[in-house]
Amino acid sequence: MTPLAAFLIVAALVFAIGLAIALTRRNAILVLIGIELMLNAANLNLIAFWRFGTHPEALTGMMFAIFSIAVAAAEAAVGLGLAIAYHRHKKTTDLDAMTRMKG
Amino acid sequence: MLSSGLIALLKQPKRKTSASLAIGGIFCSLLLACTSLFRVLSLWGFGSPTREVYSFNWIDLGATHLQLGWMLDPLAAIMLVMVTFVGLLIFIYSTGYMAHDENFTRFFCFLSLFAGGMLGVLIANSLLLLFMCWEIVGLTSYLLIGFWYHKPSAAAAAKKAFLTTRVGDIFFLLGIVWLYAQTGTLLFYNNGAGAMEPAALATLLSQPAAWGLTAATAIGLLIFAGAAGKSGQLPLHVWLPDAMEGPTPVSALIHAATMVAAGVYLVARVYPLMSAGDSVGGSTVSLTVVAWVGALTAVFGALVAVAQNDIKRILAYSTVSQLGYMMVGLAVGGVAVGMFHLITHAFFKALLFLGAGSVIHGCHEEQDIRRMGGLRKPMRATFVTYAMGMLALSGFPLFFSGFWSKDAIIGAAHNWPVSKGPFVLLIVGALLTAFYMMRQVSYVFFGHWRGPSHTHVHESPMAMTLPLSILALFAIALGALGTPAWPWFTSFIESRPVTPESEPGMIALMVGSSLLVLFGLGIGWWLYGRRPIEKPAHAPEHHHVSEHGDEPIDEHNELKDILETVSPTVWRVLAHRLYWDELYAATVLKWYAALAWLADWLDRRVWGGIVAAVSSGFNGLGLANKSVDAQWIDGAFDKGCEELVTGGGVLAWLQTGRAPGYLRLLGIGVLALAILALAVGAATGQVRL
Repeated sequence: MTPLAAFLIVAALVFAIGLAIALTRRNAILVLIGIELMLNAANLNLIAFWRFGTHPEALTGMMFAIFSIAVAAAEAAVGLGLAIAYHRHKKTTDLDAMTRMKG
Repeated sequence: MLSSGLIALLKQPKRKTSASLAIGGIFCSLLLACTSLFRVLSLWGFGSPTREVYSFNWIDLGATHLQLGWMLDPLAAIMLVMVTFVGLLIFIYSTGYMAHDENFTRFFCFLSLFAGGMLGVLIANSLLLLFMCWEIVGLTSYLLIGFWYHKPSAAAAAKKAFLTTRVGDIFFLLGIVWLYAQTGTLLFYNNGAGAMEPAALATLLSQPAAWGLTAATAIGLLIFAGAAGKSGQLPLHVWLPDAMEGPTPVSALIHAATMVAAGVYLVARVYPLMSAGDSVGGSTVSLTVVAWVGALTAVFGALVAVAQNDIKRILAYSTVSQLGYMMVGLAVGGVAVGMFHLITHAFFKALLFLGAGSVIHGCHEEQDIRRMGGLRKPMRATFVTYAMGMLALSGFPLFFSGFWSKDAIIGAAHNWPVSKGPFVLLIVGALLTAFYMMRQVSYVFFGHWRGPSHTHVHESPMAMTLPLSILALFAIALGALGTPAWPWFTSFIESRPVTPESEPGMIALMVGSSLLVLFGLGIGWWLYGRRPIEKPAHAPEHHHVSEHGDEPIDEHNELKDILETVSPTVWRVLAHRLYWDELYAATVLKWYAALAWLADWLDRRVWGGIVAAVSSGFNGLGLANKSVDAQWIDGAFDKGCEELVTGGGVLAWLQTGRAPGYLRLLGIGVLALAILALAVGAATGQVRL
């Protein structure tokens, strides 16, 4: 059976890739994809710790993961909606050009 | 039932602006008064005192409350009818008398307000309410005396009347407050809890005041002082003759018939208080004082009236004198005797005043009897009615009301156990009354016209003679209510069945007083009426009189009175009203002036200085305060604000508005947290690196 450490390493890698995308990309949609990657790395961790925990039959980790995925879906929907609405007004999805949050 | 209607009337007068409204109002109240009289009459005869009381709370102060109320008893009912009836006649008369005055409306407004206040006095069941209405009456009296305010003498007289009655009112108020402090109520009757009922009286009697008097006596005397101010009793009488500056209907209504009688009425109201307590030789201290003051006033008024030349002033002093009679009657004979004289006096004195007004009106505002004469023929109606009033006032035997009422007082004074002094004084007063009235009538109506020859004397209009006739009728007829053979009035007031009185010596007394009156009339006729009084030969023909009712303007050209030629000194003293005014000017007014000066000096120098010192002290404090404020507190605030501005600048630099920047900062934060967690975990041994 695959050891716990392998799952954790994969999750850490996915998280690092997501963080790198979110920090470096200037396209809003790519940043959103990066954030999704980081969320899924966290889900992977949750599942892994559940499977190798003391009570694998209790399904708690599964529940956490499902909730997290639902929240991530809602977040992605809002984020994409914002990006599309902003694109309609300014014809751009470049985050560096989005400076209107400054009051 | 009745009181609510009267309350409505009390408020109405202010809105009434025309004579018809005023007359209608007083007529309504006359009807109401009549219904109340009939109600009392129908209740009479059940043996118990007839009295209806309606009280209500006015002000609640915690556990205590001030109660006001209305009451209706025989005394109030008969006074109500008297006041409204005389008032109605005088209102009608005024429409004729004041027809030429431009302030007709104002006059009726005041008159109605007065009538309302007076009715309030009559039906009040609380000393406080009585006092309030009393003050309304005093105010309207002031307004009406000074009605012709452009005349300086009228304005001065109004002020004098107001201030003099105020002296009495202060004592009255003191009495009220004391009474409230002792008994906790100001209601007269309240089913056993009122101030005039036995329980409260017992409390009052047990409380000693100063100089061996009980509280009841002291309060009684204080209230009597108020009544004396209003009714023109001796020390406070000075305002009443001057009050004749007002229009004549006012003199008739307020200063002869009703308002001055309010003082007598007040004494009658608090009669239980006055008569309670240990008697000193048959009478209480308060009643003895009342009797003496009244008797002295009676003689004083009569004496001074002999030597006056103004037709209204004679009547005014006569009023003072008759009020003295009423007070004596109350003190020596009880409520009924005094009140009977009050009622009859109201009718015939109103009649006399209205007659005098008619004479003045007919002679074109002439008030000096020395410049009248022979008015018998041109003013026949006035003459007949005036003569009736005169005979009633003098107490002409058998037919006139004044005889019966005055005789009751004199008889009661005769039987008074304390002293015969008031009796003697009253006898002298009665003699003088007959004398001066005869003198006045002789001057005015007999002989030849002595005024300016071009003046056309005319009879007054119907509106003035009709009330005169009605009043004359009553001046005669009212006597029948109180004759000893059928003492209806006394029994009505005291709620007893009618029983004829028969006392030995009463017939003799009546005969004696009749002879006395006839004697007085005879002297008057012999001195003044026997031969016509001619005007002095050297008097200028067109002597226009500008000042009404002032002192004789030019002594040399004036007609000399017969008495004046006999003994000039006595005459002069009497003509100057025994120098009361001068006495007051020399004593009380001087004191007031000195006090006022002292107060002024204190105000300017002492209090002013203290105030200035205090204010400069506060100014200094204010300066110190200001510097502390500017230096310390403002400085601190300024510094704090600068810091805030700097901090805001730093934070504003952080907020770029660019999402990736925020995200980066977030990443740095997460990294920092992770490093912190690892470091802490390594330090505590939970994480093996």
